[in-house]
Amino acid sequence: MSFSFTDEQMEFRSVLRRFLADKSPTAEVRRLMETDDGYDCEVWRSLSQDLGLTAIHIPEDYGGQGFGFVELAIAVEEMGRALLCAPYFSSIVLAATAIINGADEAQKRELLPAIAAGDIRAALAFTEENGRWDTSGVTMTATPSGDGHELNGIKSFVLDGHTAERIIVLARQPGTAGDAGLSLFSVAADAAGLERRLLQSTDATRKLARLEFKAVTGTLLGEAGGAAAPLAKTLDQAVACLANEMVGGAEALREQALDYAQMRMQFGRTIASFQTMKHKSADMLIEVELAKSAAYYAAAAADDDDGAFSAVASLAKAGASEAYMQTAIHAIQIHGGIGFTWDNDTQLWFKRAKSSQVFLGDANYHRELMIQRWQD
Amino acid sequence: MSEHTEDTVRAEVRAWLAENWDPHLGLVEWRNKLADSGWGMPNWPPEWHGRGLPSELTRVVEAEFEAVGAIGVARAGIRMLAAATLLEHGSAMHKKKFLRRILTGEDTWCQLFSEPGSGSDLAGASTRADMQNGKWIINGQKVWTTSAHHAQWGLLLARTDWDLPKHRGLTYFLLDMTQDAVEVQPLRQMNHHASFNQVFFTDAVVDPDHMVEGLGDGWKIATTTLMHERRGADGLRRWEMGTDRPERAYVEEREELATAMAPYKWYPQRTGRVDLVIQRAKETGTYDDPTVRQEIAKLLILAKSAEWTARRAREAQVQGRNQGPEGSIGKLAASHVARLGNQVHTLITGADAMLTGEDSPLGGVIAEILVSTPAISIAGGTDEIQRNIISERVLGMPKEPRNDTDRPFRDVPRNTIS
Repeated sequence: MSFSFTDEQMEFRSVLRRFLADKSPTAEVRRLMETDDGYDCEVWRSLSQDLGLTAIHIPEDYGGQGFGFVELAIAVEEMGRALLCAPYFSSIVLAATAIINGADEAQKRELLPAIAAGDIRAALAFTEENGRWDTSGVTMTATPSGDGHELNGIKSFVLDGHTAERIIVLARQPGTAGDAGLSLFSVAADAAGLERRLLQSTDATRKLARLEFKAVTGTLLGEAGGAAAPLAKTLDQAVACLANEMVGGAEALREQALDYAQMRMQFGRTIASFQTMKHKSADMLIEVELAKSAAYYAAAAADDDDGAFSAVASLAKAGASEAYMQTAIHAIQIHGGIGFTWDNDTQLWFKRAKSSQVFLGDANYHRELMIQRWQD
Repeated sequence: MSEHTEDTVRAEVRAWLAENWDPHLGLVEWRNKLADSGWGMPNWPPEWHGRGLPSELTRVVEAEFEAVGAIGVARAGIRMLAAATLLEHGSAMHKKKFLRRILTGEDTWCQLFSEPGSGSDLAGASTRADMQNGKWIINGQKVWTTSAHHAQWGLLLARTDWDLPKHRGLTYFLLDMTQDAVEVQPLRQMNHHASFNQVFFTDAVVDPDHMVEGLGDGWKIATTTLMHERRGADGLRRWEMGTDRPERAYVEEREELATAMAPYKWYPQRTGRVDLVIQRAKETGTYDDPTVRQEIAKLLILAKSAEWTARRAREAQVQGRNQGPEGSIGKLAASHVARLGNQVHTLITGADAMLTGEDSPLGGVIAEILVSTPAISIAGGTDEIQRNIISERVLGMPKEPRNDTDRPFRDVPRNTIS
């Protein structure tokens, strides 16, 4: 297990940071979050084709670059820091990973190269309106029909589900429960019977959709009834990535709040000179650094793929959930009245922190998972 | 000197040990051989019991010692801080008189810095040293002095000039602890242990030769001692255990370590004992309680994140990279872990948390955790001082306004202690 980044990884990070500073300033974030699509096609083209970010962790056999989760985590950490509006987490972290873990060889060769090239965007639809992040919440049914399967049911909280060209969807054989009878299916976004609606999300930089499937034809991915394990692995890996995205955002907030405190004058001095502000800033640093360590460790553990990984992923997510939200609360507080205004950018990260707190399971959920999976 | 490599050093020390190491020797006799040969402190200068080797080669020497079970120089306690300080600032007489007896373990030292009236504000020391008839006469009180009850010598920070600003009026002395004018009393802590002492000086005498460097250099030299204290905190633990082998040198080392390490017996408890939590929850039947599981998870997340943060910091150091902020937060993180550990142990222990000693679970260990964790956020720099340091040095925030550094120390408001 490595506790540091290589020179190449650090160089990758700084290239990415420059790119995102250029392409995703908050003015741009504000413009895109007001649109339904929620991303800029030209930026997507550039991050896919110029920087190859969409190919990072996809194996070379399927048109990817064959790097690991450490590199993927660096990418999402920087995106979280810049609050990049793009269907990256949905298409690359969730959908591509699900295909890597769950599809058979021919299907990977068919689906992954276009995703790796950024030519098509995919989404992973597994959560339903009950908002459960585990398989027990899956009620959508899949019944064999002709060459494929007929899908019926509703998926919700589907990240970028309204814009994706391809939907990877989790459904179960009627009459099954829990992990049994679950399969993944691939569905074209324009399939007959699929109705997609953009949900109004608090965090407008993260687009969520409700997908209603009425007798939609889907193609089975991988083995029938065998999706529980690959999905669980996909979620662990996505959770580790999300923790990294979150610490990126938390660090950005922490730095912004510090800059503001150093500049803001009250009572004839900067508010940074008050000890209460210094101690709060020190506490924020500690909270963010601890969460970063856990997130980095989780990404490295995802690459090692040892038995401890799933517990570590939950550990990192629970830690990041608390750290990001707490940092956001402090950041607003340090900004004072201006921090509560729409025009101040702090609110953008606050809302991302709020949605990230819950997305893929909140801290309580992951603490319980972590204890179940803990190995002494 | 530069021609030394790992291989030549290894061969040299191996040959020397084969020739000289004998566990049947008395400990002092053996360590005198170490002092003569320089192999006890290979990175010290050759003229002072060392071999002038670069520091990175000392682990090669240590490995050879370990391989044959050879005992090293005396290290436990404050003596190595004294040695490091004297090497850097002591006169030739100081080095000649003290260094060898530190290495052989014949002399034990203590650090006379903290006072009842100056804890975090160490430079506010008001123990006084006055020159009378060619001797320094010491009056005042020190506190939190580990090993003072059996130390021969003390590193003393005392005020020699009350008209200068606080940092400039301090002088550094080497004080004979065995004189009658020095009274040592154990200081009992809230957890029953008495790991430290209070030391009272009533016209104690210091020979002028035993001043380190010049008048008013005390703060600078104390800073050296404290820097070594911080740096050496990890090293100490490596020397905690002797072996139970029967030969004379081992027996004598065991006795030495038992005395030196006695004050630290409860130290594991002050960390909050995260290692015991799951086992205790299972034993008490609370492991299935969802509330308890949440709290245990919070503790494990904090403890693991702190551990991994320390690893990040160490790795950056090893690679010679600029340490990021991760290097400065370990002490505060440890305080958080200890406090939460205390809470979780209380939650798990329930009514038994009201009991102590043999009536408490694990023969009193749990009770000791519950009343020992407050030490960790105070000792070696309080959490509040740590936050000041982090905010000023890492985050670049403004320094605290001061009203004590620009005027004579006698005009600075300070504690009136009884």
